[in-house]
Amino acid sequence: MQQLTNRAVQVDRSPMTFGEKIYLPAILKGLKITLAHAVRKPVTTRYPEEKRPFSPVFRGLHVLNRDEEGRERCTACGLCALACPAEAITMEAAERQPGEESRYREEKYAAKYEINMLRCIFCGYCEEACPKDAVYLSETVMPANYTRRSFIYKKEDLLIPHPKKQEQAD
Amino acid sequence: MLLLQIDWGFILEKVILIIVILGASFGVAAYATWGERKVAAIMQDRLGPHRAGPFGLFQPLADGLKLFFKEEIIPDRSTQKLFILAPAMFMVTALMTSAVIPWGPDVVTETGIISLQVADINIGILYVFGVVSVGVYGIMLGGWASNNKYSLLSSVRAASQAISYELALGLSLIALLMATGSLSMAEIVRQQHGFWSDGWFTWYFFKQPLGFLIFLVCTFAELNRAPFDMPEAESELNMGYHLEYSSMKLGMFLFAEYINMFISSAVLATLFFGGYNFPFMDNVALWLQDVLPQAHSIVFAGICVLVLMAKITGFILFFMFIRWTLPRFRYDQLMNLGWKSLIPLALVNMVITAALLLWVFKS
Repeated sequence: MQQLTNRAVQVDRSPMTFGEKIYLPAILKGLKITLAHAVRKPVTTRYPEEKRPFSPVFRGLHVLNRDEEGRERCTACGLCALACPAEAITMEAAERQPGEESRYREEKYAAKYEINMLRCIFCGYCEEACPKDAVYLSETVMPANYTRRSFIYKKEDLLIPHPKKQEQAD
Repeated sequence: MLLLQIDWGFILEKVILIIVILGASFGVAAYATWGERKVAAIMQDRLGPHRAGPFGLFQPLADGLKLFFKEEIIPDRSTQKLFILAPAMFMVTALMTSAVIPWGPDVVTETGIISLQVADINIGILYVFGVVSVGVYGIMLGGWASNNKYSLLSSVRAASQAISYELALGLSLIALLMATGSLSMAEIVRQQHGFWSDGWFTWYFFKQPLGFLIFLVCTFAELNRAPFDMPEAESELNMGYHLEYSSMKLGMFLFAEYINMFISSAVLATLFFGGYNFPFMDNVALWLQDVLPQAHSIVFAGICVLVLMAKITGFILFFMFIRWTLPRFRYDQLMNLGWKSLIPLALVNMVITAALLLWVFKS
């Protein structure tokens, strides 16, 4: 019969030899394998005490960025929401009023910015779409919670702390 | 007035010994559960329990407490009395076996000789196997009284497995008994004194290697441990005979299995690995007489008990290594191995031993 792949292995169905029949050599072989594992170093990480470093391309929880002076970078252009394949991002834009120059970088800003973390697939397209470097994915894992509502992250949850005002923010 | 002569000192001595042995059995069994998890872990490159106390040493306590606080469920359609009796029976028979095992040599004091064996009955081995056979009733009752088809299947398996392997076990023992000429455990251990005499090892392992092998395999089967854990068979029978059990009744079953393992290891060590005997024990005894003229007997007995415990620990570890190495037998394979391999092998061993004793050693 013609083989579809060259990976097929013919099963050896020849009757067992005496050595195979008395099992003991095979058992000793098996014991050798397991005992060799006994002296090997365990691969476990004791999680809460020691954490494995994330890879440099890890995509975790979103962060809304500020510039060096602490102004929000987001202009509510909506490109991230457009790019989002899971439709997790919603926002409402507002116009900057005079006197708010120290809070918002551009004339337009996001009055409301929400990400539904239950919908988000952490693909990072929002990060790629953003022309203002305002949203990026951090190296944080999303914490568990009890209600669905608490998984909709508001702007306050997403904004990084102000570099001058809240230096020691959590 | 006729007073029955009761030797209160004797009774006190035995009661203390029984309490110590029971405590030791429970302690060893508790830490065997911890050890099993640790052994499983290191063989699979894991850490095992390490949260409760240093190295997870309080894990057995935590497990026991957890079982005590679980809800106790007695199924509606179970045969309730038998359902409650089964775990107790399993536990009692597991503990009873330890009565005839000599844990150490006699301690000679000014007041008399203290024996480190609860009962030196002259049919010690027979007693052990009698009690072990009764132990199967615990499983059978448990499985039957649960009124659950998986439990019933499992207990049927347990019974047939126990009967099949007890035959080979008994036959392998007959060869050993031909060599010892005695059924008393104390006498068998005394015959294995030291390690080397008259140009050959004194331990019966070296005189009956085939018998030991058959005995060991049958012990695995009697203990319902992997690769013979047919009655439990998580994947097909859903834990088998203790499927319907919950709370401490389940705990009793699980615990009794570990006590059984401890006692079986003790029997194996006693019958084949010299019990409390160790190489150069006479030299150690003489040396102790020089160093501690007052307490040499009790210190020597202590060393002997420790040696026996070390052997038992070795066997328990071996049981665990095997469990995490070999996959479970299929039921027909199990029966084939028992009836077609082990029983004929045990018979051959018996005939060879008899022939050797009759014509070569002329004893």
